[in-house]
Amino acid sequence: MDYIRYIDKTHEYYRGLGYDKTYNYAYNEDIPFVPLRKPLSECRVTLVSTASFLLLDEEGLPLEEPRMLGTNEMEVFTVHSDWPADRILSTSEDHDRYQTDMNDVNAYFPITRMQEFLKEGVFKGLSRNYYRTLPNYSHRKTTEVDGPEILRQCLEDNVDVALLTPV
Amino acid sequence: MSLVARVLEAGGISTVTYTNARDIAASAGNPRQVFLNYPLGNSAGRPNDPENQRSVLRAGLKLLEDAESPGIIVDLPYTWSDSGEWMEKFMTGEQPFISEDAEVRRQDLLEKAREQKAKKLQK
Repeated sequence: MDYIRYIDKTHEYYRGLGYDKTYNYAYNEDIPFVPLRKPLSECRVTLVSTASFLLLDEEGLPLEEPRMLGTNEMEVFTVHSDWPADRILSTSEDHDRYQTDMNDVNAYFPITRMQEFLKEGVFKGLSRNYYRTLPNYSHRKTTEVDGPEILRQCLEDNVDVALLTPV
Repeated sequence: MSLVARVLEAGGISTVTYTNARDIAASAGNPRQVFLNYPLGNSAGRPNDPENQRSVLRAGLKLLEDAESPGIIVDLPYTWSDSGEWMEKFMTGEQPFISEDAEVRRQDLLEKAREQKAKKLQK
């Protein structure tokens, strides 16, 4: 199968630009695993993404400041699971902009598709909120700050299953 | 993103990650990965193609139901275009990953963040 080896390609690209240090991709041999314990039709499901976007009000004006780069602050942002897709505006810089324009939110944050599945009975329910975080250079920050906060909120909301869609 | 999946999974929540970057998720030790060989920014399917998006999502739901061990990768059969040219051109001089205007916006945001931090410290 032919596909892009992003790790090699990124190292090559940034070295070509003169950087000695390139992105440090996570590497883990042990993998945590919880088998699904009940049918999906009895599960409460959430969506988690690293997509950068702004929520818009009914007139199409942004309800929040743009955030694109991970910082040291906790960065867990929510969006109601019934939020309309046409009131989301992508601010991503991390996609292949020669191939895709991020205008269809459902290609990377499938909020409408999730609502369809709910109506069809594929899931028992959707979580109250979906979660957004930012890609961060610090693995520690993700695993010790943002990740646990998403987990905490999910457990509080009785979430069984999470679908993750990175950008 | 895979690191978040690992935290959730370790906390008792079953996860599936839809990716356009197979090697990154695999390296990070992702519990369950559905790989869609589309350009970055399309992890949940082809833009403006709800049927394709539904098929992609369903493949992940099936993986959730079927997987009995960690680290399984489902490679979806969909292709972005007849030619693989987009793969060859990605991150090249012809199609740099960071555009100049994106870099300017990035620097503006960084500057704003620094200002906010400085204000906080003053308080």
